[in-house]
Amino acid sequence: MLGTIFDIKHFAVHDGPGIRQTIFFKGCPLNCWWCHNPESQDVNPEKFIKINKLDGKEFRKEVTVGYKIAVDELFKIILGDQVFFEESGGGVTFSGGEPLMQIDFLYKIAKLCKQNNIHTCIDTTGFASDKEIKKIAEVTDLFLYDIKLIDNELHKKYTGVHIDKILRNLKWLDQNNKKAILRFPVIPGITDTEKNISEIKSFIKSLKNINQIDLLPYHNISNGKYSRFKKENKMSNTQALSDNDMKLLKTEFESIEFNVSIGG
Amino acid sequence: MNTRIKKLRNQSLTAVNKLSPERAILVTEFYKKDIANQVSSRQLSGPVKRAMTFKYILENKKICINENELIVGERGPAPKETPTYPEVSLHSIQDLDILDTRPKVWFRVDNETKEIYEKEIIPFWKGNSQRDKIFAQLSDEWKAAYEAGVFTEFQEQRAPGHTVAGKKIFQKGMLDLKKEIQESIAKHKSSNDPKVSDKIEELKAMDIAANAIIAFAHRHAITLINLAEIEKDEQRKMELIEMARVCRKVPANAPETFHEMLQHYWFIHLGVITEVNPWDSFNPGRLDQHLYPFYKQEIKNGSLTKEEAIELLQAFWIKFNNHPSPPKMGVTALESNTYTDFSLINLGGLKEDGTDAVNELTYILLDVIEEMRILQPSSMVQISKKNPDSFVQRAIKISKSGFGQPSFFNTDAIIKELINQGKSIIDARNGGASGCVETGAFGTESYILTGYFNLNKILEITLHNGIDPKINKKIGIKTGDPRSFKNIDELLDAYKKQVNYFADIKLKGNNIIEKLYAEQLPVPFLSLIIEDCISNGVDYNAGGARYNTSYVQGVGLGSIADNLSSIKYNVFDHKNITIDELLKAMEANFEGYDQLRHDLIYETPKYGNDDDYVDSLAVDVFNIFYDAINSKPTYRGGKFRINMLPTTSHVYFGSVIKATADGRKALEPLSEGISPFQGADKKGPTAVLKSAAKIDHIKTGGTLLNQKFSPSFFKDDQSITKLSHLVRSYFKMDGHHIQFNVVSAITLRDAQKYPEKHTDLIVRVAGYSDYFNDLGENLQNEIIRRTEHEDFY
Repeated sequence: MLGTIFDIKHFAVHDGPGIRQTIFFKGCPLNCWWCHNPESQDVNPEKFIKINKLDGKEFRKEVTVGYKIAVDELFKIILGDQVFFEESGGGVTFSGGEPLMQIDFLYKIAKLCKQNNIHTCIDTTGFASDKEIKKIAEVTDLFLYDIKLIDNELHKKYTGVHIDKILRNLKWLDQNNKKAILRFPVIPGITDTEKNISEIKSFIKSLKNINQIDLLPYHNISNGKYSRFKKENKMSNTQALSDNDMKLLKTEFESIEFNVSIGG
Repeated sequence: MNTRIKKLRNQSLTAVNKLSPERAILVTEFYKKDIANQVSSRQLSGPVKRAMTFKYILENKKICINENELIVGERGPAPKETPTYPEVSLHSIQDLDILDTRPKVWFRVDNETKEIYEKEIIPFWKGNSQRDKIFAQLSDEWKAAYEAGVFTEFQEQRAPGHTVAGKKIFQKGMLDLKKEIQESIAKHKSSNDPKVSDKIEELKAMDIAANAIIAFAHRHAITLINLAEIEKDEQRKMELIEMARVCRKVPANAPETFHEMLQHYWFIHLGVITEVNPWDSFNPGRLDQHLYPFYKQEIKNGSLTKEEAIELLQAFWIKFNNHPSPPKMGVTALESNTYTDFSLINLGGLKEDGTDAVNELTYILLDVIEEMRILQPSSMVQISKKNPDSFVQRAIKISKSGFGQPSFFNTDAIIKELINQGKSIIDARNGGASGCVETGAFGTESYILTGYFNLNKILEITLHNGIDPKINKKIGIKTGDPRSFKNIDELLDAYKKQVNYFADIKLKGNNIIEKLYAEQLPVPFLSLIIEDCISNGVDYNAGGARYNTSYVQGVGLGSIADNLSSIKYNVFDHKNITIDELLKAMEANFEGYDQLRHDLIYETPKYGNDDDYVDSLAVDVFNIFYDAINSKPTYRGGKFRINMLPTTSHVYFGSVIKATADGRKALEPLSEGISPFQGADKKGPTAVLKSAAKIDHIKTGGTLLNQKFSPSFFKDDQSITKLSHLVRSYFKMDGHHIQFNVVSAITLRDAQKYPEKHTDLIVRVAGYSDYFNDLGENLQNEIIRRTEHEDFY
């Protein structure tokens, strides 16, 4: 069984508890305007020109982003960092792209991890069928679950899909006592509007178990990636929010008795 | 920090580094008088002559009491006035001029000193210094390899030292040791040991040295009383009287208070670094363990407050900083060019009964380190799996401030290393690491560093069938034209032969040097300190210590792994290039081979990424080096061992090697310690640690791993906790040591441009910290490269 991934990050410290290894799956049903990994959207491997500099000279080379990997091979790489997982209470995080797009592969690798006592975490948009969510929940210790825009039409405009399915899956996880941390990308002018924040607050207040949210500040480090991968960047002129604005937002979410952290 | 400490600290930081001729004059005077006496009949034995020299220096040197200080005693006439040791190595007038005028790590030399050198010191010692005698006896093969930069030799200008105080001297005074000497004399007299007369002479010499240090302390007591008599401030007057009392009591008697203990140690420290210039500096070792009983008792009975204890410790810290490393000469100035003299205070670890040694004072000492923020003494924490996380995290928080202290050591690995070398479990648990990262049984071992070993230079010689291409001279042996090699194993076989050849030369040379020190330059004072010199009646330099180890330090493991990986990958496995073409490109320093160089750097597996393809080659080289050195007998009756540390020799060793197969250009620095080559690690710190843990650290006497982090990694408690887990994971894999360099490349670039704005910028170099401004430009660039790479994480 093969899956398509495009990167593995070792010593990931912002994608769940402890020291983690994050596996980035390729392919995503969404195409958020602010996506930090535009190279993750297409499920197929993509070619681009990589430029290395040496002594002021540029060396160009065509490279492929994304490669196929077998479950066993990936598991061997994950196991390589076991000493760090055990010491720190960390584990593996499946991110993307949208890992649930490759549900069969994801299920197999996550199950193998669980069988070997490795903590599993899925970083997801939540855009999946209820069957898929239920299946993956069997082998997942923690969901990092995006919540972006409550308004169905705005969600469609900025991410390409409607939110109804996403909210339904989230409610199911909550009702079934699955552990999840919400992740809210704070995008200036898009998700940080008064209306959206108040809608998010009233939605998440209704959750009975989930009580933690990470506020992910927008930053424009990905501008270079858009040009490198020749993708249209709709956000090129957006400026990041100040630390102070982020702190104010943190207080706002704390007022509904959520544990809030900035940056995850 | 109170006003007194602020002033003393400032005095130490701003004192001008000066070369003092005082010791050279006194030693020369004594030797001249002794020669005159010999004519009239009396001839002193070697050890007694050295003890008398020591006594003469201490009787006649200037006593320096700095204003308002609490712990007294200076090696020179004033802080940072550093003596020379002409009987060990003699500076020429040219050396003095260089020291005086060089832009970095200078020592001012006044005209009077130069004149004394020209008229008195040089004429007397020329040809008679230990250094001259050593070079006169070493073989041509040794000299050829030394000059080519295959290895260096520590003992050609500093005496063998590298040892650390154990618990004995914190519990005994010189009068107790004198009793031991008498017992030993009685024991040896009644034996039929053929060497009994040598032993009696050695023990007599130790007795003279013990008396000398007691008298030296008394001279301080007299000066303090004189100062007290004219002191107007009543409080200071009382202090001076109390200090005089302390100097009368210690080091003659065993210390009984916190203050007495610090002063006691300090006199012993001064004795060790005045007798000769041991390399590295002496140090008090497990300070929190030695001091804690005094602290606990005095706090309990109310004779000491926590604030007073902190003030005394801070005053003690400043004494170390007043004593720069003695000025070096020649190539040694290149390989280790720093004012730092490598006194490494150990905190934490295990008690000798195997339980957690962290105590209240450990944390107080960490506070002192953080607040003092000075180069010397250097500090480290020993971390055992039995030590609490709060201790590890407290130490990481200090290292976050960026001056590279404390560094982190794996107690459980150190103990295994020492036991592997045959030490008892108690002696192993009383041990630690000193200098940069060197494992030692404190108080019971003489563990001498003999020199750095250039693993990459030997590969260069192997690739040229025994010829050094830099100077076009045959200095190795013929191991075959590399063009005929069919696979990497054939190259490794040839490399192994060359390593064995040079290791043999190095070890033979070292035994000549050890013999010369044993016979010509015994150290009766240091022999008092290290067990079992007294009961054996044998000098520290002649193998009198309980354990005797001589180390050879391998340098450039990351670079050589990358070089071999490049040849394996590009020549043998993928056939991208023939070995002939690769050698031509290296010979051309990659001029006209841009694309090739790019591929060697960017498209070839590199050490530090948890990739067995290349890491296994690091293990192969490590084992070849280990087999060539480990367990070979030394002149002193001990064993040769290896450790993996560079100080700054990776810069010097790079400067003797032409372009290499990893894409490195000619003369550029190599990788340091067991760290990856600068910029070669692309997968983050966990992968670096995995690669570094693949060699068997337990077989060494220390390895050095430098891990760079941008300051953002230390931003909150959660991040600090994750870093502590990272350290613990490495230690679980038997990693010996890790240190953090926490400073952004932007800051370093600015410091290079505007040094005046960054006079206090301290960075981690390799096993020690140094002022960024004092580093040579190539080393500065190397550190910036390391750091820049790290900023991406």
